[in-house]
Amino acid sequence: MARQQFRVLPGFGLTMGFTLFYLSAIVLIPFAGLVVRTLELSWADFWRLATTDRALAAYRLTFGASLVAAVANAMFGTLLAWVLVRYEFPGRRFIDAMVDFPFALPTAVAGLTLANLFAANGWLGQYFVPLGIKGAFTPLGVVIALTFVGLPFVVRTLQPVLQNLEPEVEEAAATLGAGRLRTFVAVIAPSLLPAVLTGFALAFARAIGEFGSIVFISGNLPFKTEIAPYLIVMRLEEYDYTGAIALAVVLLVFSFLLLGVINLLEHWSSRFQH
Amino acid sequence: MSIELKGVTKRFGRVAAVNNVTFSVKEGELMALLGPSGGGKTTVLRMIAGLEMPTSGDVFIRGRRVNNLSVQQRNIGFVFQNYALFKNMNVFKNIAFGLKIKKWKAADIRARIDELLTLFGLEGLEQRYPHQLSGGQRQRVAIARALAPKPNVLLLDEPFGAVDAKIRQELREWLVTLHHDLNVTTIFVTHDQEEALEVANRIVIFSGGVLEQVGTPREVYEQPANEFVARFIGAMNVLEPEVRGGVARLGELEFPASGQPDGQKLRIGFRPYAVQITSDLTQHRYRAVLRHTFFLGVLLRVELELPSGLTIRARMTKEEYAHQGLEDGKEVSFQIRQYRVLAGAAAALPPESELGYQAPPLLGENI
Amino acid sequence: MSPRGTEESPVAKWVLIAIALAFSFVFLLLPLVNVFAQALAYGWAHYWQSLVKPDSLAAIRLTLLVAAVTVPLNVLFGLAAAWAIAKFDFTGKPILITLIDLPFSISPVVAGLMLVVLFGLQGFFGQWLDAHNFKIIFAVPGIVLATIFVTFPFVARELIPVMQATGTEQEEAALTLGANGWQTFWHVTLPSVKWGLIYGIILCNARAMGEFGAVSVVSGHIAGQTETMPLRVEALYQGATEGSAAAAFAVASLLALLALLTLGIKTFLEWRQARTQKLIVGRVDS
Repeated sequence: MARQQFRVLPGFGLTMGFTLFYLSAIVLIPFAGLVVRTLELSWADFWRLATTDRALAAYRLTFGASLVAAVANAMFGTLLAWVLVRYEFPGRRFIDAMVDFPFALPTAVAGLTLANLFAANGWLGQYFVPLGIKGAFTPLGVVIALTFVGLPFVVRTLQPVLQNLEPEVEEAAATLGAGRLRTFVAVIAPSLLPAVLTGFALAFARAIGEFGSIVFISGNLPFKTEIAPYLIVMRLEEYDYTGAIALAVVLLVFSFLLLGVINLLEHWSSRFQH
Repeated sequence: MSIELKGVTKRFGRVAAVNNVTFSVKEGELMALLGPSGGGKTTVLRMIAGLEMPTSGDVFIRGRRVNNLSVQQRNIGFVFQNYALFKNMNVFKNIAFGLKIKKWKAADIRARIDELLTLFGLEGLEQRYPHQLSGGQRQRVAIARALAPKPNVLLLDEPFGAVDAKIRQELREWLVTLHHDLNVTTIFVTHDQEEALEVANRIVIFSGGVLEQVGTPREVYEQPANEFVARFIGAMNVLEPEVRGGVARLGELEFPASGQPDGQKLRIGFRPYAVQITSDLTQHRYRAVLRHTFFLGVLLRVELELPSGLTIRARMTKEEYAHQGLEDGKEVSFQIRQYRVLAGAAAALPPESELGYQAPPLLGENI
Repeated sequence: MSPRGTEESPVAKWVLIAIALAFSFVFLLLPLVNVFAQALAYGWAHYWQSLVKPDSLAAIRLTLLVAAVTVPLNVLFGLAAAWAIAKFDFTGKPILITLIDLPFSISPVVAGLMLVVLFGLQGFFGQWLDAHNFKIIFAVPGIVLATIFVTFPFVARELIPVMQATGTEQEEAALTLGANGWQTFWHVTLPSVKWGLIYGIILCNARAMGEFGAVSVVSGHIAGQTETMPLRVEALYQGATEGSAAAAFAVASLLALLALLTLGIKTFLEWRQARTQKLIVGRVDS
């Protein structure tokens, strides 16, 4: 006898069908297309295209700058989250709302305004450039832009965790004689670590894929300030489809690995919360 | 018969939440589905409503087989454990929902709602939203909503679980009055045996998906079909004496067991009220020390410790306690007026053995 | 150490606050204000002129068109996916959720590349499309598809937790009162996810209008035809004429205003929700 699924709420077939259709059309089929084209490449060709000197330089910049930016976001993001949750000061609510600004602002606008700020005649650049801090058309500029786009991730991941910390734990440490710094290092920081790591990984993943803002601020000089996504676009413009695909696959593989890591981190961190 | 279940089984995966259940509900009856948590009673209720489908067996409403009838078509009223009020609608709209679906005219809806608001004591609250109501009020709105479209059957899932004890008592009485006035066939699920005994015309007792007994409150209390029911309804002392020479013995206690082979262990159960205690050490056969007294209002619960180490629970009124001059630590003599042999889940029991005076059954005992 | 011992000393507090404020100032406030300052560098007249140039107007129209197509489609998807995921049990649910989250982990350039692989002249459907004179790449349909790819998770991700939180009992209650699926969805489910839906829509809209990478790959950058506002900003920025940079900032300022509006609505929604929560929690059951 066929096992018939009885669902009391209606609409499962319709909604599930539409969902799968949409996903297939928008995600799965394009994906499949890429996979098919990739498989048409021989392993040797793939390797050659994926590891040209220019590509390697692009990877170095992409992953390197993303890493630095994510670390910066981890540090300042933690600080920002702490200050927003724990302290009262004028402008707190405004800053709290503004944390999402990089999330809402188009990346092109972000790149545009940051490039302008740090250029030699920009508001910040006029002070920084003479000091040797060149934010435009340099790898530093890439880091700055990536820090901007990744800013909300650590803060927003950390805020709920901070809000749910029990004050009793810190009070217990104080009754046992621990000073404030000691309490932070030994008691508070470890419970924040999973969330910070998750936010770090999210910011890192975001930075690797970032394109719009970098285009404006880096100058896109090959071997110097060219990120991997930009090289993909370059290759496309030269009709080097296979070259572009090879690079894209490298980025994709890395993205998926990172996604897996993030899922694990979130799983680990949620166990800590309970 | 208003509702009938015949051989109904419900499996979730390999587990049978409801196992071959058969019973019927009379028109206009107020029936309780009683049992410990997870016993399958909510699942049975949901199958009657059409919110779950039986794996096998048939459900009949007013003689018509409804297995394939959708929940919308069964014309039942369902009250969920957490009320499931529509949070974004006020009281009026909540109660009117079923009527709008059935396309009643606006004037008729208005009249019906007014009628219900008065009946349920909710006048003046119709503009309020669920989060502005107290627990008891939400409860009544949920029932009013279910009753508004004049269903054949009213089904309630643990209706009084989420409310304070005091309110629970009032709501129970109110439900009995409501049922009396409206005379709608009503089935409610509860794990509280006190509630079932007090409110229902008849009780169906479930355990582990299996139907243990169907009967009136008096029947299940005085004539439990098996040990589970005997222990679930009211409190019971259970002992396991061993037969030797036609007498079952445990410590000092002896029970007649002629015809039983030596070495056989019997399971004996007796209610706390069946233990008669007196301070006159010569009056009864057995001796014990009164270890502890629990004050329960009109009644007192008393723990007796026998010289052999056995502990027995007894129950008596304040007056009797005082009359006997009892207190903690006092030595007393006692006898067991009534007991029954418990034979396990499946077998029926021999009638209770009486030793004279029979106290009226005390409803709602909970040890 | 403060007398209580469970708080930082005031000095430490204010140092931390100062650093946080400085960081926010440099990375959040300055970039925002700079957009408007640079847009108005040549005065209001120039600002206005930049916006009404035909190519800029075309860019604004195209951006609005893309958003007008993308957002409703994604709302439909979000509602369907959230309903299926939140109200039912089925195997493979985690896989489905991961698929929905996919665009977040892919570089938008790669997304655009995938569309080129499918629909470009060398692509799988390229010959067929060319034969029927239907352009996807270097044309508006391509831009719409690329934008949909990058923004479809937003509505779904907002709706799923909200629908899961409200459970299935209210819908079941509606069914017992005789409602069919559509009536239940319309009267019971939809109102209960109101705020999540609105938030999802404004987020989706903000990202749809601001998308750069994926659109850049598929659009061909044809001024006046396949330039969205972000692409227009890029074109103006690279322009050689005096004041074209300011014009770039002018168009960018519109997008920045959109971002601020999005943030404003989000803050309002959160304030609304916090207020309703307080109302519910504050009421004591009698």
